[in-house]
Amino acid sequence: MKFAIIEFPGSNCDHDAYHAVRHVLGQQADFIWHKDTDLRGADTVVLPGGFSYGDYLRTGAIASFSPVMDKVREFAAAGGPVIGICNGFQILLEAGLLDGALLRNRRLKFLCQDVHVRVEATDTPFTASAELGQVLKLPIAHREGNYHVVPERLADLEANRQVIFRYCDSAGLTSDSVNPNGSVGSIAGICNLRRNVVGLMPHPERACESLLGSDDGRVVFESAVAALVA
Amino acid sequence: MFVTLKPSVFDPQGQTILDALSSLGYESVRDVRQGKFFELDVVADSAQEAMTISTEIADKLLANTVIEGYRVEVDPKRGEGD
Repeated sequence: MKFAIIEFPGSNCDHDAYHAVRHVLGQQADFIWHKDTDLRGADTVVLPGGFSYGDYLRTGAIASFSPVMDKVREFAAAGGPVIGICNGFQILLEAGLLDGALLRNRRLKFLCQDVHVRVEATDTPFTASAELGQVLKLPIAHREGNYHVVPERLADLEANRQVIFRYCDSAGLTSDSVNPNGSVGSIAGICNLRRNVVGLMPHPERACESLLGSDDGRVVFESAVAALVA
Repeated sequence: MFVTLKPSVFDPQGQTILDALSSLGYESVRDVRQGKFFELDVVADSAQEAMTISTEIADKLLANTVIEGYRVEVDPKRGEGD
């Protein structure tokens, strides 16, 4: 299967994502420049992390208007699997493909550390091979990761089981002390109503080999491969 | 154009500034909201048209209306005679 990895000016996890799917999983991967308007027959689209457009104005705001995003919208509307990681998540929110917004972390600091997240739903293309409640150790690296929605929308997200990852401790328990950035509901990742578009702040692509501290992130990409075969 | 976080959204920067003002003795300041300020030089036939264009720009790009509100002021005299 083929992954399209979208590159914006300022993306910096594009090669990590490429390495994860190409070298760790042995799948095909193409870099797609943000001015391109052809996803080249990709089966899955990855919006990688980084600092697109230098985070000017708001994180992900300017990238969400890149020419390639029209194609990503069409791809998502046709049910194609799309994952946005960190800045990619921010772009999906700004593009209106996911609900809510990411505020500055509650203590305003850039956070670069390992966290644990709990898999809250396995009926998405990026969690299909995970166990419900599985705890993944993944790194975060962001300053705007404090997920926010108004309470009514949060209730909708919960009712529709659109929360896909939640910050927790190594045993899978959520609490304010293990919520690194102040996200409402300890939310680390969500999906759209159709469940084919997923965004998350932690970096699964940086946790695909035990040599790098954790291979817990592999399941996210293995799920995408399995979901397509299924 | 002034863009600020909505009242329902916690503004940690504003809160920190409020705390600093309090420690400087400005007890009369009850709240601080930090925001962004944009100056747009717009060519338009009327102030109303400039307002319409600016409001559209705010909605589309300059403010994220999930978390931010905005206020637009038009000064028709600025830029005249350029």
